[in-house]
Formats: sequence, structure tokens, C-alpha cells
Amino acid sequence: MLTSPNGWTGKILHIDLDTASIDALRPETEVYHKYIGGKGLAGYYLRPKVTLSWNHPRMPLLIFTGPLVGTAAPTSGRSTIMSRSPLTGTIADTSVGGRIGFQLKRAGWDGIVITGQSETPCGIEIDDDKVRIVDAGELWGKDTATVFSLLADGGRSVATIGPAAENGVCFAAVMVDKHHVAGRTGIGLCFAAKKLKYLSVQGSSKVRIHDRKKLYAAREEILRLTAASPILMGQHGFSCFGTGSIYDLMDSRRMMPTDNFRKTHFDRASELNAHAYKKRYDPGKHGCMGCHIRCKKIGRSAGYVGSSMPEFETMSHFTALIDNTDMDLVMQANTLCNHYGMDTISAAATLACYKEISGTKDLSGRLIPLLEEIGQGSTELGRQLGKGSFHYASSHNQQTASMSVKGLELPAYDPRGAYGMSLAYALATRGGCHLRAYPVSHEILRKPVATDRFTFSGKARIIKIAEDQNAIVDSLTACKFIFLGAGLEEYAGAFSAVTGVAATAQDLLKVGERIYYLERLMNSLNGFEAKDDDLPGRFFTEAGTSGNGIEVRPLDREAFLEARSRYYRIRGLDEDGRATKEKSKELGLAWNNS
Amino acid sequence: MEQLVKKYAGKLISAGLAENPLVCGLDDEVVWNRPDDDIPILEQVLGGMNINSLICVEPAEPYLTIFRFLTSRYPETITPGDCETRTFLHDVPVIRDFASASILTHLRERKSVVVASDNNIRLITFGGVSPEQAFVSLSSVCFSAFVLFFADYLADCRQGTITKEQQRAFDKAVAELEPPHRTTPVLATGPFNSEQQVYQAIIEAGRFTVDYGLVDSYFGNISYRISQTIYISQTGSSLDALVGCIDPCPMDDSSCAGITASSELVAHDEIYKNTDNRAILHGHPKFAVILSMDCSDFDCINRGQCHIKCTGKRLIKDIPIVPGEVGTGPTGLCHTLPPAIQNKRGVIVWGHGLFTVARKDFNEAFKHLLEIENMCREEYFARARRC
Repeated sequence: MLTSPNGWTGKILHIDLDTASIDALRPETEVYHKYIGGKGLAGYYLRPKVTLSWNHPRMPLLIFTGPLVGTAAPTSGRSTIMSRSPLTGTIADTSVGGRIGFQLKRAGWDGIVITGQSETPCGIEIDDDKVRIVDAGELWGKDTATVFSLLADGGRSVATIGPAAENGVCFAAVMVDKHHVAGRTGIGLCFAAKKLKYLSVQGSSKVRIHDRKKLYAAREEILRLTAASPILMGQHGFSCFGTGSIYDLMDSRRMMPTDNFRKTHFDRASELNAHAYKKRYDPGKHGCMGCHIRCKKIGRSAGYVGSSMPEFETMSHFTALIDNTDMDLVMQANTLCNHYGMDTISAAATLACYKEISGTKDLSGRLIPLLEEIGQGSTELGRQLGKGSFHYASSHNQQTASMSVKGLELPAYDPRGAYGMSLAYALATRGGCHLRAYPVSHEILRKPVATDRFTFSGKARIIKIAEDQNAIVDSLTACKFIFLGAGLEEYAGAFSAVTGVAATAQDLLKVGERIYYLERLMNSLNGFEAKDDDLPGRFFTEAGTSGNGIEVRPLDREAFLEARSRYYRIRGLDEDGRATKEKSKELGLAWNNS
Repeated sequence: MEQLVKKYAGKLISAGLAENPLVCGLDDEVVWNRPDDDIPILEQVLGGMNINSLICVEPAEPYLTIFRFLTSRYPETITPGDCETRTFLHDVPVIRDFASASILTHLRERKSVVVASDNNIRLITFGGVSPEQAFVSLSSVCFSAFVLFFADYLADCRQGTITKEQQRAFDKAVAELEPPHRTTPVLATGPFNSEQQVYQAIIEAGRFTVDYGLVDSYFGNISYRISQTIYISQTGSSLDALVGCIDPCPMDDSSCAGITASSELVAHDEIYKNTDNRAILHGHPKFAVILSMDCSDFDCINRGQCHIKCTGKRLIKDIPIVPGEVGTGPTGLCHTLPPAIQNKRGVIVWGHGLFTVARKDFNEAFKHLLEIENMCREEYFARARRC
């Protein structure tokens, strides 16, 4: 049992949907110190069952907050949802904003472990220590907007799946508080596998803080660094324009994935940037609980009042990747994905794959109908595409058209324009993900300092360190974007002030290393190895679109493989990328599943 | 990695921060710029942290003298009050043993540590992304220590508390100072009408600003306006290496391409919107920064928070001093600098640096920067003498 419950509540809610039983787990202090919270603690509870299939009744579905959630530490309202991915077979974790983590913490829970499968559609409703499993039969089949309109009530937080998950879409998402998406790896389908339609939480307790004065001092340091960040708070930054503010930059740097990654520059980008959206849809600011940056944007113009504005990835993939120049169509596609509960990155990239394989010249007229077919599973094509691009391309014997890693479709940064990103994509434990190491921060955004984006030199260790850092950020839990301004040095101050556990930035990085290695270990147990840590062949054989004095060459395969080998050595993996007994022991991880 | 290690060793020397620096970079294997007896201990430090670069130097003069004095005056922690410390460093821990355990204890918490053993001074910094990070931290530590040393002296002069040891250190440090530049370089003549001209002019002016010691290479910023576009140095760019590091930022709300522009873009934008200036140059000249922090009102209720709360109308000759932090927050200099610089050649931001403006090109802006710094330097010693 946790001996000093500052920051943490010391309780984890366990719900078994097979038996409708509800009880509280009380982990030892050591577990909290070793895994912190968020994705760290979720990984700890996933580990014993990770070799089960994603839809096995005993496969846990995990929702975890972190020790900073519900405190004055900036951007700490986030939480992690985790299980095993139906899309990739890897571990599946997704950090999500909104209020779900905040309310869960205030309800007195550090996390939820959901096991079993309900026989009929159900919802989970939590009001402090009152927990109910309720019938959700009438909501099954309803889109997320309808669920929110029926269940959202004041500060209560609601997480729900939409029809896409119920219809077996492998990249189904969980929508949280209407505007926030737990998008990647098909975590929504994990909800559906348990017949869990929604989770609704409201809490009334306050989080206990060890040293409030020191917390406010750390907060001041973080806010000062945020204010000094042009990317976060500048006139062209995330706070003013949302994540879409990097749309222009990606195109000008010649790394905007275009035409299913066959080009890296989109001629019409300047007409479809964040400024254009701002002019047409007059978005207002919205943010996750506890965030002052408020990068989420909500439409206010006629016809789009209350609509979530597309994030950067959505803006890019629903334009350049599929050769669409209609901004309204992007808005519609984004809204539809949110209502059906689908990851926009995978949805757009799967359509780009379909466009290439089918030889369709212009997808714009078919875009909305195809998304509906996928979300509803109403046609054979829709059902095929709902399995994701890799499955679709494989079924047409054209795997090279799936621009994915481990089956997870790639986001909107072409790796030929940032070599660290190529490593980050290939090595990410959940598949083609930009957020595990986010090398865009130094290769493009110049934070904390700029690195040469066209070299692999030094990148293996940089990626490893960044993965460790982001693992701890997702465990505290905070928003990765604020680390474009602040650093772990300042967040270590906040962590110590909240919990009373003395920790430096380097101490936290060590915990992050353990958390990330555990993910490699879990993937190794499921058979993932070096051949899976690879990129689509296109990047090694085809050049990007050079211009503006920038030459975008194909990646040098030999240099890529050498850098990957260096990463394996630095990370303590064997030469085939698998976790080792020795390194696991060094990090305090159980090698045997006991 | 070898190339980067050599590059930053060279930069430490050319910036006058160290004569024989030790720099390493680490990917899967560690690379040092040269052999040294300190390496075994530093490799233990490297092994105890999740980092990829380390710098260890004995600082060059006058920093060596300055650190010898500061580490005796502040035996545990040096806490300068300038902007670079407040924003990035927080403070600089001091230890006595060049031993991996004690270095690790402090370097795990802060970006730098000073090892003061016997009469030796070692400054140690690290990076998690690149040796550049370690270089920037080291440069910042030296700048902050310089500012604290001279600011302390003036404050102690006013209070009549100068010690013999402090006077000796001061005299030695002053003797080690480079003499001020008295002539300005001849820079490209404006007004500029093409992008190509602007890029060349910015690159040239940036390089001279560093060469003249008016800014440490990774701080400061510079911009030029043509019509509705501001061409400005990128965030975290080195003013002496701006090739490929200048962002064109439209003022007509048509693009966010300026997201990587300097954190002071908003302030530059406001200045251009409200004046007919075409060029802005921002450096961190040391005596302008030191003098901005010199205030005889020891009982002021805002003492300790002057950088955001100073309400006095303070001037050094014709140059206003305003409070303001980096960036766009509620206490950001973007609110204080633009109104203060109207009809002025320059403005000093408290504990931070000096902004100068010009209507045609960087010749005038550079001249203002140098003249104001020289004026502040003379005024500093004049005030010290008057005490």
C-alpha cells in the first residue's frame, strides 16, 4: 500500500465485466515509484497479460492518470488508455486530453483496470467511490455526438466509442469530452471488444500536495519557459493557431507527405494553412484540463459552430496525402471521423493507400461516402479498408502501398526530410508514431537546439533519450508539447513538490527508460523484432520533392540500418532488436511472466 | 559526432570562454576532442546520466578570476539575477571535489556545475540532444557570472561593503577586459528591397554583433522589414551563423511559416507596426545589462522582482530601461519594449539586453548598439568611482 498518498490516491479501480465485480487495488509504494502513473502504471498492469490476443476476455483495458493530474502543474490534465492493439498487435497506448484524467483522480482513483467482457453493451459510471456498470443497449450504434449530448453534464467527463468500433474498424478511436481523441492503434476497438460503450466520471476530492509553495515555484518556471517559446505561445504558435500552425513549415521544409508519400511538397498548401482555416471558420480556443496553452480549436462560423477544428495531421493527410484542395471537405471528414470514432491519421492514410492501389485520380467526391462505409462497415470495401492500410494493401498483394510501420499508418512528417524521424518511426513501440521521440522538435522546430535533419549522426542516442523522456511525460502525466518550452528539470521540481518524492530530471529519465524498455519487452514477447523496426521501401528508393534549395534524397538504407543497430546497442537490446534478460534485470523488470 | 565535438571546442575558444576545452559527444561510442586526465572521471559522469554530450573547461580570463571570486563568496550556489539565469539556468551549483559522485549529484538537477577545488575552476555542462546544448549552457553560465560579478561590485560600492579580496578580483578582471571597440564596421547599405539583399545584410550584421562581443552567439536576434514581411533570425539561432536560419514572416496573416522565428517576433512586429524603422538589432551587451540592474532604491517594494515589476521611469542618458520577460506572457517584453522604443534609438530590457532600431539598414542599428554599450561601460565605471 502507498505509504504517503501525495499526488497519488493509492487506489486503482478494478472492474471485471465478466462478473460485474468491482474492487480496489492498492499497489505498493515501490510500484508507484517504479512506474509513476499514466502509461508507466498502465504498462505494469498490461505486462502479465500482454501475450493474450487483443480481444481475449482477460486482456485488460487500462485507463490511468498520473501524479501531477489535478494539480497546479501546467498541462497535467492528461491520461493514458492502454491495451494490446487490434491494428498492429503491439502494445497500444494513447495519451488523451480533456477532463477524464482530472475527474478520475478527483474521484479518488489513480487508474482503472477493466477485465472481462460484458454480454451486452454497457457503460461504466463513476461518482467518487460509487461505481456502477450500467446497461448501454440504447446507446450502442449511436455516434459519439449523440452520446455526448445525452451524457455530458457539467464538469462530468465522458469517454465513448462510436459506430466504427462497434463495426470492427481496427483504427477505431475513443472520443473524450467531445473534442479530444484517444486516436491511435485502434484503442476504441478494445472498448468494443468488452462491449463497453462509454465511461463517465465525476469526482469531488482534491489531490493532496506535499509542498504547495514549491509546486507554485516550479509552475512559475514552467510558465516562464512556455511564454518564451514561439512555437507554443508566439503569434504563429500552437496557442493562436493550434497544431495546424506547423502546416506551412512542413511544406516549406519539403517534408509534407503528398500523394501517399510519393511527393513531399503540396502545391496548394499555402491556400490550406492554419490562417486559411482561421479566416473561414473563426475558431475559438479550447484546452485540456489544466492547460494554459489551449491548442485545441473549436469552430464558430455558421455551419461549424462547436465543431472541432482539424489538428495538423488531419489537415495535412486529408489534403496533401490524398490530393484534396477543399477545406470544407477536410472539416466534414474530421467531423465524421470524430462522430464515428475513427483515427484521422489512419483513416486518411488508408484512403491514400486505396487511392494508389485503385488508381483513383480524384478521391474528393468519394471521400465522405468512403468514410461512412468504413465507419458503418456497410460495404465490403468499407470493411476491408476498416482493417487498415496494411491489411488492405496485403490483400491486394501490394504491401508497398501501405505507408505504415508495424501496421500503424505514418503521420504527416516525411522521414526523408528528417532522418531522426525515420528512426523514430521505425523504432516506436506502437508502430509508425511521431510522438514517441518527436524529433521534429530539434530537426525542424529547433528545440531545445537545432540538429542537422539530413544526418543519422548522433540520432540513435537522441531518439533513445527522447523516448525515455516522453515515456515519463506520459506517466506524470503532462503534455509532450510543453516540452518544446519547458524541460524535465522543471517538471522534476513539480513532481517532487506534489509527491514529496525527491527526484531529479535524470532520476525521472531513468524511470522513463524502464517504462519504455518494458514496452520493448512486451513487444518482444509477442514476436516483434528487427524486421518489424523498418520503414516502407519507398523511402529508400524514391526521392522526395526537392526545391527551395532543399534536396530531398531517398534515405540511405545502409546508414539507416547502422543507426538502428546503434540504437539497439544504446537501448540494451540484442542485435535483432529484442529485449534481453540482462538489461531487464538491470532496470528492475521481471523477465519471467510470474 | 566527431565533427560536432570539434566544432564546439573551436567555438568555445573563439568566443573567449576557454583556451583548452574538453568536449565529448556520445552516440553508441564516446568521442572526445582531445585526450585529458579528467576524462576517466567525466566518463563516469557520462555513464551516470542519460545524455549525449559533455563540456568541461577551465574558463578563460576574465571568467576565471570571476569564478574564483564568486565561488568563494557563494560557496554552494551562485544565483545571478539576469534573464538568462532566471529563464534557463535557475542557479549554478558549486562543489569542491572533482569527483564523479558530487558532480552527478548536481548535474542531475541543473544544467551546469562549477567545480572549485583549490585554485582550480572547472565549469561542466551537458546536452541531451547535441553538444550545442552544452555550449549554450556554458556560454550562458559565463555571461551570468560576469553580470553578477560586476553588478555585485557596484551594489557593494553603493553600500560601502567592498572587501579587499573583492577589490583585488575586480581589478584583475577589469585588467583582463578587452578594450571597447571604438569604430563600427562598414555594413551593407540599405534600404534593401530584395530578399537576397536582406539575407546577406542580416547575416553580416549578426556576425559582427558576435565578433564585437555584443552578444553571445546563441542569444539575441535581428530583423529587417520589407513591405509587409519581417525577415527575422530563427529561435535559438547563432547570430554569427545565420545562413539558412532566417524566417520570412508575413505581417498580413497569410502564413505561420514564422513559427520557428525568434521568440521576440511579436515585439519586432509591434515595433515595425508603430514606427517607420526597417531594422532591429538585439544583443546582450554586458555593461548595458549590468547597468540596467543597478538601482540605488534598496527599499523599493518591487526589489527582487524588478524584471517584471519595475515601475520607475529609468534612463541611462537617453536610453530607457524597461521590465519584461522573454516572449509573449503577461509580463513579456512584447508589452513594454515597443511603446518605449518610439522615437528612441534603443531600449534596454532589465537584466536582459539591448534593442536598437534603424530606419535604413544595420549600419545605424549596429552603431547604436555599440555606442550605447560603450556609454554604459563608461557610466558603470563612473558610478563605481563616484561611490
